Amino acid sequence: MAEEKLSVRDAVSDTYKYGFTTNVASETAPKGLSEDVIRFISAKKNEPDWLTEFRLKAYRHWLTMAEPHWGMIAYDPIDYQDIYYYSAPKTATAPKKLEDVDPELLKTYDKLGVPLQERAALAGVAVDAVFDSVSVATTFREKLAEKGIVFCSISEAVQLHPDLVRRFLGSVVPYTDNFFACLNAAVFSDGTFVYIPKGVRCPMELSTYFRINAQKTGQFERTLIIADDDSYVSYLEGCTAPQRDENQLHAAIVEIVVMNNAEVKYSTVQNWYPGDKNGKGGIYNFVTKRGLCKGVNAKLSWTQVETGSALTWKYPSCVLAGDNSRGEFYSVAITNNYQQADTGTKMIHLGRGTTSTIVSKGISAGHSQNTYRGLVRMGKGAENARNFSQCDSLLIGGSCGAHTLPNMVSANPTASVEHEATTSKISDEQLYYCRQRGLSAEESVSLIVNGFCKDVMQKLPMEFAIEATRLVAVSLEGSVG
Amino acid sequence: MSAWLEIKDLSAKVGEKEILKGLSLSVGKGEIHVLMGPNGSGKSTLSNVLCGDPMYEVTGGSVTFKGKDLLAESIEERACDGIFMAFQRPVEIPGVTMTTFMKYALNARRRAAGLSEMDAVSFIKRLKIRAKAFDISEEMLKRPVNVGFSGGEKKRMENLQMAVLEPDFCILDEMDAGLDVDAVKVAGAGVQIMRGPERTFFVISHNIGFLREQIKPDFVHILVGGRVVANGGTELMDEVEKNGFSRFYKEA
Ligand SMILES: Nc1ncnc2c1ncn2[C@@H]1O[C@H](COP(=O)(O)OP(=O)(O)O)[C@@H](O)[C@H]1O
Ligand SMILES: [Mg+2]
Repeated sequence: MAEEKLSVRDAVSDTYKYGFTTNVASETAPKGLSEDVIRFISAKKNEPDWLTEFRLKAYRHWLTMAEPHWGMIAYDPIDYQDIYYYSAPKTATAPKKLEDVDPELLKTYDKLGVPLQERAALAGVAVDAVFDSVSVATTFREKLAEKGIVFCSISEAVQLHPDLVRRFLGSVVPYTDNFFACLNAAVFSDGTFVYIPKGVRCPMELSTYFRINAQKTGQFERTLIIADDDSYVSYLEGCTAPQRDENQLHAAIVEIVVMNNAEVKYSTVQNWYPGDKNGKGGIYNFVTKRGLCKGVNAKLSWTQVETGSALTWKYPSCVLAGDNSRGEFYSVAITNNYQQADTGTKMIHLGRGTTSTIVSKGISAGHSQNTYRGLVRMGKGAENARNFSQCDSLLIGGSCGAHTLPNMVSANPTASVEHEATTSKISDEQLYYCRQRGLSAEESVSLIVNGFCKDVMQKLPMEFAIEATRLVAVSLEGSVG
Repeated sequence: MSAWLEIKDLSAKVGEKEILKGLSLSVGKGEIHVLMGPNGSGKSTLSNVLCGDPMYEVTGGSVTFKGKDLLAESIEERACDGIFMAFQRPVEIPGVTMTTFMKYALNARRRAAGLSEMDAVSFIKRLKIRAKAFDISEEMLKRPVNVGFSGGEKKRMENLQMAVLEPDFCILDEMDAGLDVDAVKVAGAGVQIMRGPERTFFVISHNIGFLREQIKPDFVHILVGGRVVANGGTELMDEVEKNGFSRFYKEA
């Protein structure tokens, strides 16, 4: 009898299971990484053969590489076979309404002043439930298309602009570059593609669209930006509100190509889940960002405000190949609780008269570890090239660490490299002074920290800067007693 | 009924060092009090203890302010209740402009009072009118808090903050010390502009000319060895001017 009952139940659940499995089987690749999985991803995206080959080559090379461990970050080994490398947007598991979203997350949005209609999108509510997002995105794209600007997902670009993608994909960050970049080349899910034609100044900050699509770009994001001769674009990545994300490992690539007299400003606010107060959970963020200033007078400016992730391993870099090209790196990295950040930049001066500026502000609180790691390399041809670096660390409390590891290499005697570094603490006198005026301890810390970061915050586009200021306050919550 | 501000047998220490040793003082609303006493007698310590500086540990006594137990409140609660200190050596806060700083402070106090935050336009108006009164240029308001200011400029800025925040109990710790002749002449401007029936001042100074000409106090107290040893009017200033603190040492 018992046996019969069981089989009836099995039969019932099987229909469910099969119905469900069929559905899932077509949307999700099996766990782990293999050539089959990569072919599956490529097929799902309907990719041309050259791209499938690109992915497979990367995968085969990745198998020969070892995970790097030179960063000042400690973590349990990552099991790469225990990760899903492809799954379609999980509409079924996403909250349907704003009311279904974790109230804690909503409280944070409130503190950050995120507009109501954007909160749903950030919290991962199914897109069709989000206020007007689709039409906003469409109007936005039409306006850009008038100028010949291409701004779309990289998957779309592969279909619509295969020549551009094929020419530039991997041209700045080759798949052989490093372990995580190689993994990304094999499995990248989606990301953004931007092409600014010759002589065009992009009339708006490229950000809104990205926001709306944010929950679709997965953990292996890939971004490619090409600024043709005499063009200009300001690109904003991410947003200041924390995003709902179950993926722990993130390995993204951003590649930028800047042609003659063109300028690209790339601003990031990274606020992935940092883990809880005790260091449990949180995103591992291993990112390779690099721009090639290919043309003369090309200019690339990275501005980043990093407050999220349990681990950050990220060095947005500039290869200054074109004569008189210029690279800039403005960074704020805040770590609290048990976060670990190893971040900085590389300025590779190849052309004559190339210049670069590095301004890094590291803030450590709680039990966190915050490392600035930089490289300034003056190549043989870097005649009269100049670099200036300023690296400041601010400590809050006595249990955190700040480390500054600048590295300078010069093969050209006419090139000059200047480096300044400071380490300071928020003093009891400063806190007392602010509180005596009526500010709470937390408001005081956030005001002092924002003052400390001012030089970098000023580089952010206006609206972003206001949000980032609020973000500083949120990310330092609980850092003073 | 206790006074507006009632300090009773207050004792406080730093580490193992006892500084205030049973200090008592009654202060009414709308009064101007001068605290005098030899160096090290505890004038600054008393001021900081009233503000809640965590450096000092209160070991005994009580303080009631507007009927409330002041010592139970946090630094910012006391500030929002109306206590303000013009510091002798105001600290620097790099990267934060004076304007931003004062706007944050004012709005924190308004929130605590259940008022809406003041918008940028109204705030700037309020700030500019008051800056003029202390001869503070717009350029100075854009500079970071106390960074690179001269001694005189710092004091003017403390005065300005007092005028912007409109506290009702103001402590001025050696507002005139270390200033050149011209700067001393305007150091009392804050008291002169803001004195009134709703506001009480504690003025700490050694400079009797300054006190007499600019502060014109109602009451004078002499502190020696962490205690108030004499209470009176301006006649106490005259006595100190003539004979120093010698008589009071004996009383201590
Ligand atoms: N933070 C401190 N650490 C150690 N000693 C202190 C501290 N603050 C004050 N004192 C000591 O307490 C005594 C009173 O100081 P203070 O209140 O500054 O006197 P006044 O302002 O009357 O000159 C002095 O002996 C001084 O050295
Ligand atoms: Mg003193």
